[in-house]
Amino acid sequence: MSVAYLIRRLLQAIIVVIGVSIIVFVMVHSLPGGPARAILGPQATPIQVKDFIVANGYNKPLIVQYFNYLGQLLHGNLGYSYTENAPVRTLIGQALPKTALLVFLAYGLGLIVGVPLGIWQAVHRDGALDHALTSVELTGYSMPLFWLGLLLIDGLAIGLHLFPPQGPQGPTISASFSDPVALVLPVVTLMITVFGSFARFARSAALDSLAQDYIRTARAKGLTRRQVLTRHVLRNSLLPLISLIGLILPLVIAGALVVEQVFNYPGMGLLFWNSAIARDYPVVMGVAMVVAVATVLGSLLADILYRFADPRVSY
Amino acid sequence: MDSEDVTLLKDRPSASAEVRAPKEISGIRRGLRKFARRRSAVVGAIIVLFLLLFSFVGPLVYRTNQVTTVLANANQPPSAAHLLGTSDVGYDILGRLMAGGQSALEVGIGAAVVAIIIGTWWGALAGYFGGWVDATMMRIADSVLAIPALLLVLLLGTIIQPSVVLLVIEIGAISWAVPARLVRGETLSLRVREFVEAAKGAGASGRWIVFRHMIPNVIGVVIVQTTLSIANSIALFAVISYLGLGPPAPATNWGAMLSNGLNYVYDGYWWEIYPAGIAIVLAVVAFNFIGEGLRDTLESRD
Repeated sequence: MSVAYLIRRLLQAIIVVIGVSIIVFVMVHSLPGGPARAILGPQATPIQVKDFIVANGYNKPLIVQYFNYLGQLLHGNLGYSYTENAPVRTLIGQALPKTALLVFLAYGLGLIVGVPLGIWQAVHRDGALDHALTSVELTGYSMPLFWLGLLLIDGLAIGLHLFPPQGPQGPTISASFSDPVALVLPVVTLMITVFGSFARFARSAALDSLAQDYIRTARAKGLTRRQVLTRHVLRNSLLPLISLIGLILPLVIAGALVVEQVFNYPGMGLLFWNSAIARDYPVVMGVAMVVAVATVLGSLLADILYRFADPRVSY
Repeated sequence: MDSEDVTLLKDRPSASAEVRAPKEISGIRRGLRKFARRRSAVVGAIIVLFLLLFSFVGPLVYRTNQVTTVLANANQPPSAAHLLGTSDVGYDILGRLMAGGQSALEVGIGAAVVAIIIGTWWGALAGYFGGWVDATMMRIADSVLAIPALLLVLLLGTIIQPSVVLLVIEIGAISWAVPARLVRGETLSLRVREFVEAAKGAGASGRWIVFRHMIPNVIGVVIVQTTLSIANSIALFAVISYLGLGPPAPATNWGAMLSNGLNYVYDGYWWEIYPAGIAIVLAVVAFNFIGEGLRDTLESRD
């Protein structure tokens, strides 16, 4: 891996983050009536609106405002929440670990279930069970998360009383750890949509590697079927999965946001949702920025990991 | 190969950015046969056909009042008069499902078409020009991709009261980046392929190359992406309506029906919840099935 590549990839990531900040900034500043109207509400007098505009620098040219915003971002200042009366950074600091936990667990479970399944399907390709599993996986990731979550709540929480119908409550991450049973349904809901992608991907990756000459060589030199599968097929099929982890990260994060809303789990998604409804735009912008940065970092990491894992990839 | 190309190779699960023979006419029939062999794809196609008939022809046969509320008829279980019962303000659920299907299909297909048109142009231009134009265009696409679409639509939803047309534009304007990346990758790899070089050597014009060689080879990816994009748009539309940011009543859609029915989950009014939920799943799964089938047919290497 060349240092030049690393630097170039890092630069790209930074440019993308700047691009995101522009998109978020422009969207919030194209509000009808501007942020002042959105925050003060329709009852505010023109003088109040004007005072607010001047006090918050909204009368300056947009480009100046943007650079002020960017400067604040670089100092880690995400603004102040009007409705929660707290710095956005504090709010996100509380919510982010919870969403991260949810995403991490769903990813982990999705990999553990999806990859072996996909490879098994590749080995038994076009069998009845392969087709059936493909349908299950496609259905899994086509399932709208809110609907899936509701089905699980209806069946397992309300019907059978196995799990609580909502996620762990409480403002800090330790609340999530102290109530693991409540985490089961949110994690499983998110996992069901993830494992399908992993299984589909692992299947086609395994099919690709099964067709390679080195597999035939390995068989010819007398390795058992199991040895070929674990040493050659599995390892080579895991490679492309690294990049998939980065690629589906935005989807999984978006999924986590929906899951949080369904299970009333106070992470980034619920924070975003409540702030969007309350028109608390500093929080909305902050969450969007943090989620986007996490996505960019995720795919950056995946790219770099891929290089380490597969030295054949060169540029 | 520059770093971009490798990213793109990874974009596509089938990793089939290698040589792909241009399709011939006889390939169409072969492709159809291949598509028909995939049972899930055929099932998907049948479901979509059914949903189209159900949503657009159904209301002509099964006439219901979907505009005014009749509180005297509220929350009725299924009966001969109302095959799937009525909602909490007396709307006939089956008729409402049809109306919801119309908006789901309109938003889904409309947004996908918008996304694909923007994405194909974006990707083709970036791939065709290369260099810094390509780099700039792709960083913009990456930025759009980095923000979850749901966040953008929700944010827009709190700003403007949505309608079907507005949602088509919004969702389309948000979901063009994935097709743009794929088309760009195809264009890049096509640009240096032998048959394009040969055509150039034989004196073909740029226009001839684009229309005779580039587009026929990109069209497979585009069609597959359109189908998958329809599924995504329908799902996104359902989520935002479920969250209460869809078009306001009396217009309806499955997501809104579902969230409305949930108020009665403890009353056992299953007909206000399950039909809408199942309809969403059916529609999304059906388009995904077709997309996967088409991917096998149009993008496979043999």
